[in-house]
Amino acid sequence: MLNPISVAFKKAKQENRPALLTYTVAGDSSKKQSLNILKSISKSADILELGVPHNTPVADGSQIQTSAYRAIKNGIKVNDIFKIVKDFKKFDKDKPVILMGYYNMIFQYGENKFLNKCKLSGVSGLIVVDLPWPENKNFAKKCKKKSIYFIQLLSPTTTKIRLKKIIRDSHPMNYFISMLSTTGGKLKVSPNDILKNYTKIKKIDPKKEIVIGFGITEKTIGKLKSADGLVVGSAICKEISKSLKHRQNPVTNVSKLVKKLKSKIL
Amino acid sequence: MKLKKGIPLIDQCNKLGFWGGKFGGNFVPETLKKPIEDLEVLFNKLKKDKKFIQERDKYFKNWIGVPTRFIKLENLTRHVGGAQIWSKVVSDANGGAHKIYNATVHCLLAKRTGKKTICGDTGAGYAGKMLSMAAKKFGLKCKIFMGAKDIARQQPNVKAMKKNGAEVVPVYSGSQTLVDAVSECMRFWVANCDTAAMCVGSTVGPAVFVRICGWSTSQISRELKFQLIDEFGSIPKKLKLYNCVGGGSSSFGFWNEFMDYDKKQFEFIGVEAGGPAKSKKHAAPLTYGSKIGILHGAAQYVNQNSDGQIEETESISAGLDYPGISPLHCFLKDTKRARYTAASDEQALEAYKLVTRFEKLRPSLEPSHAFAVAISESKKLSKDTIVVVNSCGDAYKDRGILEKRLGKKYVKSN
Repeated sequence: MLNPISVAFKKAKQENRPALLTYTVAGDSSKKQSLNILKSISKSADILELGVPHNTPVADGSQIQTSAYRAIKNGIKVNDIFKIVKDFKKFDKDKPVILMGYYNMIFQYGENKFLNKCKLSGVSGLIVVDLPWPENKNFAKKCKKKSIYFIQLLSPTTTKIRLKKIIRDSHPMNYFISMLSTTGGKLKVSPNDILKNYTKIKKIDPKKEIVIGFGITEKTIGKLKSADGLVVGSAICKEISKSLKHRQNPVTNVSKLVKKLKSKIL
Repeated sequence: MKLKKGIPLIDQCNKLGFWGGKFGGNFVPETLKKPIEDLEVLFNKLKKDKKFIQERDKYFKNWIGVPTRFIKLENLTRHVGGAQIWSKVVSDANGGAHKIYNATVHCLLAKRTGKKTICGDTGAGYAGKMLSMAAKKFGLKCKIFMGAKDIARQQPNVKAMKKNGAEVVPVYSGSQTLVDAVSECMRFWVANCDTAAMCVGSTVGPAVFVRICGWSTSQISRELKFQLIDEFGSIPKKLKLYNCVGGGSSSFGFWNEFMDYDKKQFEFIGVEAGGPAKSKKHAAPLTYGSKIGILHGAAQYVNQNSDGQIEETESISAGLDYPGISPLHCFLKDTKRARYTAASDEQALEAYKLVTRFEKLRPSLEPSHAFAVAISESKKLSKDTIVVVNSCGDAYKDRGILEKRLGKKYVKSN
């Protein structure tokens, strides 16, 4: 059976558009709300990234940090995250869910146990921010055995030789970090330059799907639509924080935002 | 897991940067892989380069003012009535603490890369103060990340940093202490690694930072070795080296040169921060059996909950207030080369009182932790045992805390 992530890319290609990937933090603002948000955006988004909140996130900017700290404060545990995924998959069984987080959370849970739970709850892919190649080789192999995509991150600082090696070892989907930044930074590189880098990477192995993330907002997403997929995270987390501040319903607001994002890439 | 003889401990890690196969490593975002690799190549080359070593030694001698004193604490020894208590007064170094060695080396490295800015983290403010001094000396722009709680409790060092022209960035996330400062500094580097160099303030972080810092602070034991021979004619038969351990940079530097000696001759005792006596929180992952986890790019023993969230620490000493510990010390603990224990806030304060009552020495709250254990153990030791405590920081920065906890006379009398 094809991994739902690959199915999602195929479907987007047929519609001649990039796949839309959203990122929200599991348990933000509560376990229930977090699930409701997933349900409400699943119609517009092609792939749902769900962040595993960690309290020492060295690659995240303030928006995602705020979401993560809020989720942890509200008591989210790793087991709750699997429950959220499982409940969501009951609602929309074909929509792929990717968990994204820091390695210590997996390490403490136990790699094998973590992957078993991923499989049982219906997780299709994993992004581990601080487990780069080649350190991730063993874990990526374990993922493959479970038919879970281990998604490699590629950065503007990744050398050409290294890019080739990473892509050679990679699964069908990779993630290109648009610029030197933590998540949610202001786009300091022009979309054209990002796409130039993207094309170079894409050429190494055109069969592998490459999504672009970091700094993508409502304003910039339209200019990047020639990519295989685009990830929006901080802008969504910001919307949740804003809604809470104004005592509005984050579910409706986030749903509206994702719809808007989708309309920009059609 | 075994220590090798004849190879510096900083070079005993494997290709991926792990000591003993499991401590350290490079758990970093992809963006940092390249700058870290570049730094590794540069450092591996320069640490063998005679000219670079001459340059380092020149600044160590003429600017930092090495060697720092090695003195006998006669009155304290008499009062305690056991082992001979000595101190290596590393706080003599320019700026008042051991952090100057690492800061200087990082600035020398940054100069070679042509980067114009250097960023660093700080807890007690010494790493930040020293980096700001070195950056000024070598003409680099300097950015220091510091927890908001630490900014409030270590004002003298904050003032010094600003005076040196550094930008001090307050960090409000998490516990607002060192752990958050290191995270924020790493984030800044992720976003600016093309133009800025990073200095990690202790023997923590990705493997190369552990190695650079250890290489730099080893100056302490290098000079102590000569001083011991000078003082006793040869290396004494029974020595015990006490040092406080937060991230672990001063202790590692204090012990490094004696690593290959039998531990019966050279015993290493690391003293962690036990926190307030009545609190369950502490900053002593080695003493209280914390599990291995990943923090700031390295696998280490670290205070964390069962889910893997890093736990908040508590200590009167900002410099020791860190949930993790250098991979080097994890390795030294598991190979049993060093012994680790903890002193509480109260014990450190008592030790500070005792030392300052008998000696013309005012150890900061960090080394006061080491003095607490050294004094209590010395009582039971024979007179031919040489106890050496690294007084790695000066208490000037702790004036506010000392005045509040002990009263004005302990600040004034010094």
